[in-house]
Amino acid sequence: MSDLNAFRNETRDWLEANCPESMRTPMSQGDVVWGGRKVEFKDPDQKVWMDRMGEKGWTCPTWPKEYGGGGLNFEENKVLQEELMRIKARPALNSFGIWMLGPALLEYGTEEQKMEHIPKIVRGEIRWCQGYSEPGSGSDLASLKTKAEDQGEEYLINGQKVWTSYADECDMIFTLVRTGPLEPKHEGISFLLIDMDQEGVTTKPIKLISGKSPFCETFFDNATAPKENLVGGLNKGWSVAKRLLQFERNMIAGMGFGSAASGSSKKSDTKPTSGLATMAKRYVGEKEDKLNDSGLRNKIIDHDMNSQAFALTLRRAAEESKKSNQGPSAASSIFKYYGTEHNKLRYEIMLEAMGTKALGWDGAEFGPEELAITREWLRTKANSIEGGTSEVQLNVISKRVLELPQ
Amino acid sequence: MSLVLNEEQSYLKDTARDFAKNKTPVSHFRSVRDSENPECFDREIWKEMASLGWSGILIPEEYGGSDFGVAGIGVIFEELGRTLTPSPMFSTAVVCASLIKEAGNEDQKKDYLTKIASGDITLAFALEESSRHSPANLETTAKKDGDSYLINGQKTFVLDGGFADFLIIAAATGKGTSLFIANKDARGIDIKVTPMVDSRNAANITFKDLKLSTSDLIGDENGSDQIIEEVLDISRSVISAEMFGGIQEAFDVTLNYLKERDQFGAKIGSFQALQHRAAIMFSEIELCKSCVLESLTSFDESSNDIPRLASLAKAKIGEVFHLVSNEAVQMHGGIGVTDEYDIGFYLKRARVAEQIFGNVQFHKDRYAELTGY
Ligand SMILES: Cc1cc2nc3c(=O)[nH]c(=O)nc-3n(C[C@H](O)[C@H](O)[C@H](O)COP(=O)(O)OP(=O)(O)OC[C@H]3O[C@@H](n4cnc5c(N)ncnc54)[C@H](O)[C@@H]3O)c2cc1C
Repeated sequence: MSDLNAFRNETRDWLEANCPESMRTPMSQGDVVWGGRKVEFKDPDQKVWMDRMGEKGWTCPTWPKEYGGGGLNFEENKVLQEELMRIKARPALNSFGIWMLGPALLEYGTEEQKMEHIPKIVRGEIRWCQGYSEPGSGSDLASLKTKAEDQGEEYLINGQKVWTSYADECDMIFTLVRTGPLEPKHEGISFLLIDMDQEGVTTKPIKLISGKSPFCETFFDNATAPKENLVGGLNKGWSVAKRLLQFERNMIAGMGFGSAASGSSKKSDTKPTSGLATMAKRYVGEKEDKLNDSGLRNKIIDHDMNSQAFALTLRRAAEESKKSNQGPSAASSIFKYYGTEHNKLRYEIMLEAMGTKALGWDGAEFGPEELAITREWLRTKANSIEGGTSEVQLNVISKRVLELPQ
Repeated sequence: MSLVLNEEQSYLKDTARDFAKNKTPVSHFRSVRDSENPECFDREIWKEMASLGWSGILIPEEYGGSDFGVAGIGVIFEELGRTLTPSPMFSTAVVCASLIKEAGNEDQKKDYLTKIASGDITLAFALEESSRHSPANLETTAKKDGDSYLINGQKTFVLDGGFADFLIIAAATGKGTSLFIANKDARGIDIKVTPMVDSRNAANITFKDLKLSTSDLIGDENGSDQIIEEVLDISRSVISAEMFGGIQEAFDVTLNYLKERDQFGAKIGSFQALQHRAAIMFSEIELCKSCVLESLTSFDESSNDIPRLASLAKAKIGEVFHLVSNEAVQMHGGIGVTDEYDIGFYLKRARVAEQIFGNVQFHKDRYAELTGY
């Protein structure tokens, strides 16, 4: 315990000395730092903060030190997160490398692959994107057709990916490719890392209903990748792919929960409040301390109760897997489905509270926060599609957890 | 608060599971119901439960209990809820034991708590006065008359009220609520058993000039409102645990049926329309589990969020028990609506249990008020 206290003090001092003041202010979507060769910092402090955290390995606090990670255990990481939260520090670096590729590589990569790729993820030097989906292969991902042919020293890649988030801003792409055209569909897939900085790879942005273009079509036209970039063995990519999807789904499930994920703490002195109710009161007013719209109030109550119940469940799953020392508990199978549906509902409730104020597209007549909520509402519609749709999640629960017949 | 059970609690839960499986499977409930025993529980079984120490779990050791806490008794109720085990344990060992423990004087504790722990007496709490839970503004009154009190009023939905040896009565005494204890045979008490849809005993009780002495007052005159609220929260949390047991059993039974029943040349569990509904129920049940555990442990760890967590548990579990009991019947098809098949028992119990100390909407409202809207 005292070790942990010492760690807390050191961490606090280090953060105090190293986290620039401007990195302790609220951020908007555009302030997210993704790293990579093409990174552009809006503020030089962003680079300072990313570099310092990357150097210490704290962009990936629990990854092993030998690959540049922070080497922290469960308890130490909790302390670090609490201390970051205490000073309201912005995340120094976000990336698909951190959320998805890194954890999968740590389990499936060779020593050389880990040494080559992990430190660059930790320090934000390479930005990765995910090349799974194809025009004909979405939920039925294993039907994918993009092929990689053995050319001796390297693979020759031809085909097309779609919905590749941020492909036009990324340096490398982790892909699923068909290497065994004659094998059964799950057994002819490999997991291949491809550098996008080559002629054979091109991207074309697609515009979303929110007006943004965060994803692309990605074309491979005689692109190449060295043999050593194959992860997990020839035609064994499906296991890597599935494991990576678990990391991805847990990440998406937690979106919109932020600090709520830590659950209610034992003896907090703060009075419980509701973010939704506070904002709704601003728009619809109150009568005798109650929200002045009983239908809306009831929806907010349901939502708040479910937020608390879900946050408690995230915490329970963490406690259970820590106690049993095994992988994710059965509870975690519901996270992607429940978390994303819940987050969509949150925005629907905000829209209901704000009325026409939530329906502006742009212009100075609407507040910037109002416009942001509108766009974010549209963005949340993708939550239950990306990383495997809600229907696919329910299929997974039915088959894997409830063991219902095929 | 911890969301995984400690060793003591796991042990209690395992013991209760074995007991429910071997002594009180659902067929036990069915036979008690069919025997038309108006008490709606089996005295022999209740004796065994008491001899396992269950009636004394909330009672301090000095009065013969084990003081294992709310989470301890909660996990037992969860297992008993799975098999719908009927017993006077909730009214006696949870509600009334807590009232006496929190409000009683030394003599009362020595007398009643010791006998509750040993399983020698049963008690019921006469609180409700209307068809929906409303603990405030009671119309039953107690008027001081020298060194005695005269009690007048009408109570309803008194759980176990038909046969409990003693009644604890909540009555208005001018500036607040007071608690009294009375022998069920005392003059001025008229008990009408109300056979309920879940085949457990409850009663309407009228007090007409019931005369009690000052030594029958539990706690201070006018001073029990806060204590009642606290005990109600313990009781809500424990009944939620019982309901959660019922939810799990109804779901498990249904899941098995989906894996067994053939139609159109396939197991019905292979139909996606049923699979997704089952998966959604599973998700809701996982959320329920977290709510029940957090609420049960909040008492033993003196959280300052106790009332909100109790309301969260009671509302969430009430809603999901509705969902699961309805779906369970539907997914069984015709057999689901027969008396011969057990699944209908869960539907009936779900609705009665939901009314105990506040239905879903009552607790949603309370949750919002406690959150500042
Ligand atoms: C914002 C966003 C970002 C994304 N980023 C990436 C990325 O970076 N990289 C990447 O590879 N992919 C990405 N995707 C793609 C995403 O993984 C797919 O869109 C998703 O898997 C669904 O595939 P689909 O779009 O082809 O829909 P389809 O599979 O065609 O589904 C259409 C509908 O049919 C339903 N359906 C399909 N199969 C079943 C079934 N068996 N049972 C019941 N219902 C079914 C689906 O649930 C859905 O409602 C992204 C998607 C979005 C929206």
